[in-house]
Amino acid sequence: MDQSIPSTPPPAAAPGRTAHFLKQNLREYGMLLSLVAIMVFFQVMTEGTLLQPLNLTNLVLQNSYIVIMALGMLLVIVAGHIDLSVGSVCGFVGALAAVLMVTYEWHFVPATIACLLCGAVIGAAQGWFVAYFRIPSFIVTLAGMLVFKGLALALLQGQSVGPFPDEFQKLSSGFIPDVFDGAGDGSLRLTSLLLGVGVVAAMVVIGWRARANERQHGMESEPLALFVARNAAFGAILIALAWLMASYKGLPNVLIVMFALMVAYDFVTTRTVLGRRIYALGGNEKAARLSGIRTERLAFLTFVNMGVLAALAGLVFAARLNTATPKAGLGFELDVIAACFIGGASASGGVGRVMGAVIGAFVMGVMNNGMSILGIGIDYQQVIKGLVLLAAVCVDVYNKNK
Amino acid sequence: METTTVDAILEMRGITKDFHGVNALSDVNLVVRPGEIHAVVGENGAGKSTLMKVLSGVYPYPEYRGEIRFMGEERRFRGIADSEALGIIIIHQELALVPLLSIAENMFLGNERARHGVIDWALAHRETRELLAKVGLKESPATLIDDIGVGKQQLVEIAKALSKKVKLLILDEPTASLNESDSEALLQLLRGLKAQGIACILISHKLNEIAEVADAITVLRDGATVARLDCSAGALPQSTVIRHMVGREMADRYPKRTPRVGPTVFELRDWRAFHPVHTDREVVKGVNLRIGRGEIVGIAGLMGAGRTELAMSLFGRSWGHRISGTVLKDGKPIDVSTVGKAVGHGIAYVTEDRKSLGLVLNDTIAHNTTLAHLDGVSTHGVIDEGREHAVASDFRRRLATRCTGVHQAVVNLSGGNQQKVVLAKWLFADPTLLILDEPTRGIDVGAKFEIYTLIAKLADEGRSILMISSEMPELLGMCDRIYVMNDGRFVAEFGAAEATQEKIMHAIVDADR
Repeated sequence: MDQSIPSTPPPAAAPGRTAHFLKQNLREYGMLLSLVAIMVFFQVMTEGTLLQPLNLTNLVLQNSYIVIMALGMLLVIVAGHIDLSVGSVCGFVGALAAVLMVTYEWHFVPATIACLLCGAVIGAAQGWFVAYFRIPSFIVTLAGMLVFKGLALALLQGQSVGPFPDEFQKLSSGFIPDVFDGAGDGSLRLTSLLLGVGVVAAMVVIGWRARANERQHGMESEPLALFVARNAAFGAILIALAWLMASYKGLPNVLIVMFALMVAYDFVTTRTVLGRRIYALGGNEKAARLSGIRTERLAFLTFVNMGVLAALAGLVFAARLNTATPKAGLGFELDVIAACFIGGASASGGVGRVMGAVIGAFVMGVMNNGMSILGIGIDYQQVIKGLVLLAAVCVDVYNKNK
Repeated sequence: METTTVDAILEMRGITKDFHGVNALSDVNLVVRPGEIHAVVGENGAGKSTLMKVLSGVYPYPEYRGEIRFMGEERRFRGIADSEALGIIIIHQELALVPLLSIAENMFLGNERARHGVIDWALAHRETRELLAKVGLKESPATLIDDIGVGKQQLVEIAKALSKKVKLLILDEPTASLNESDSEALLQLLRGLKAQGIACILISHKLNEIAEVADAITVLRDGATVARLDCSAGALPQSTVIRHMVGREMADRYPKRTPRVGPTVFELRDWRAFHPVHTDREVVKGVNLRIGRGEIVGIAGLMGAGRTELAMSLFGRSWGHRISGTVLKDGKPIDVSTVGKAVGHGIAYVTEDRKSLGLVLNDTIAHNTTLAHLDGVSTHGVIDEGREHAVASDFRRRLATRCTGVHQAVVNLSGGNQQKVVLAKWLFADPTLLILDEPTRGIDVGAKFEIYTLIAKLADEGRSILMISSEMPELLGMCDRIYVMNDGRFVAEFGAAEATQEKIMHAIVDADR
């Protein structure tokens, strides 16, 4: 059957090859498995509350802004930098949105655009200092953290401002419309479920085509059994989650935004020239520059991107609370950075994956949610989260040295 | 069984060491006599460094098999502290000095001249000055390590060893990054130490230096001792040593080729560049250079002559400040102000420092291979990983890169194979002018020949090769024409037929006068 691809090396004994492949890609499977394990653990401990449709929807909404920022943070960390200002920028942009829409009564579309642009400008300002002025990002963004925290306070004059227009709130609290409204007994949002099935189908098709391409060029590819097992397992989980949410109010709008961004960023980092260059920049900046890569511009752009995503997260968060408060965004940077490191990014740059960061964010999110349901106090929640971060990185370092 | 050699200061017998079942050393013997300069040579991966790590206690006693006798007694070192206490000091290739601390601070690092934890700086500085005098350095003890050159740093390391009452000094490639005069000073110092009865183990690839100073040579190949050569009566011919190292006669160290030099492709006119930090210091002072199609042109000169600076300022202004001059390609001026533009005009630069400037070490062979020409494996900015794999595999085969696969991280490759990856990266960009800066530095003899063969082949394909090297035999063996650079200027030019090592040295010395 493989006559058309003579360059493929003859497969060794299948179990040996599968084990070998698993071992090589342990890290990626390991992350997903630990997320599943944590979810199962809390599902049992909370006697099924964790995966109740309402709670599951809340889990997504609560973590969406962390996930969105983790996407940008991952690029910044891979490029060899860090951004401590994202929490403050998030709060500042939320405040700006409130002032524009509530105080000045702007329509939500221009206000949203203005806020995203503002995020880009903030990112560009910080990125300029980091990339062209060569000031360590830790210092620049530490300064930014203080500046934007202060500006948010000034903008709101210490008050909470709200509520937002209804359309704007839909960004966080809305659900995708059900085009099959009325079909069945109405308890199941069919559109949401079908969308979930569609995504799984697309995932399988794209995965299969990538695998075929790898085999055609004689690359070591995932063994068939593993490919089928993996797709079956994750397909089933995704469809199950979609079904759970469909039996509540359907898929939240913000989930769609988040998912689209996830796919886009995963694609950019793994498959495009731009992504590859960011990894090279973080892996060895000098070698990257001598290979013709404009390293300054690239570092600058990762910060601009981070600014835009922090602004988007700020909008999502403000829309969810339906009010902008001076304390919004406080400490978000820590969760975002922790998500990236739990997800396997290296503090010295050049290493990390978008999906890792997303899983890292959900590990933190599920733990937050699960521990809250269990009634564990905020004090010990922080202790446990801190230890999990340390443990995840320890396991990473241990595996690398082995 | 051999009987114990009575007059040896160090005897290592039957040393065997494996890493996870892979044999790194098998039954290696090394005997060093008091006051002897003993060279240990072998290709990369022959086991030299592993042997020294066993000797210095980096791999403690039960991790190896065999016997170590030092000064007449059997020793079982459990760590570096044990071997240092007996006066066995190792100086690694990567110097273990803290750049932003002073010489005095480095001198007694870990061994501070202190009472109750309070350092007596007056004493430390006085002792430092005495130690520096012994190695012939006149620097102030308060000078920062960062502010002195690599050659002097090497001497500071030796002074540091002297402060620890060294009996056996181990030097791992001490002259790899030194220029000829610094190397000569270092070798002279070793002779001085020898006169004081300090034995020395010298690990080096530079056979001419070994011929100069060594009393005995132990040759390792594939983790085993293949020969112990005595040269106290006089230096052995290099071909003998090489034969033992590679296990075959190397009649020709350079590939034969008939140069077919075409018309001038690149020309450099009045090229000038200033130092990026000391901005009033002109480092490249009006260089004129031309290179023809299929020609290999060498640039000879001492360290600090401005050769690397010339190449890097030409390659997209990667070095320097206030760069001026004209670059002509096929007679027309071209813009090479960024690396991207230089690459676009068909220029490639293979750096002398492949680890920190040439490769993304933790990344794979495939990713490193395509880095300078990602457009070649992508459409609309999307990388085709299959094509990338095919490209990398193709270069792996053509350059005979030894690796487990193109998805291996380059950090795990030997120096020669890493160099092949750097070459593959630039060959994939399909350059017209390939600038090679010290292309065989730190590469063993066998791999060197492979690199030379490749260079010759590239020239035969019609590419122009500009080769910078501190190894004169290499330039003489490979180049069709050689420029001699000194203090930022080209001071002489020789055709292949007329060039000799003496003429080049004379050109440098005369220019200095």
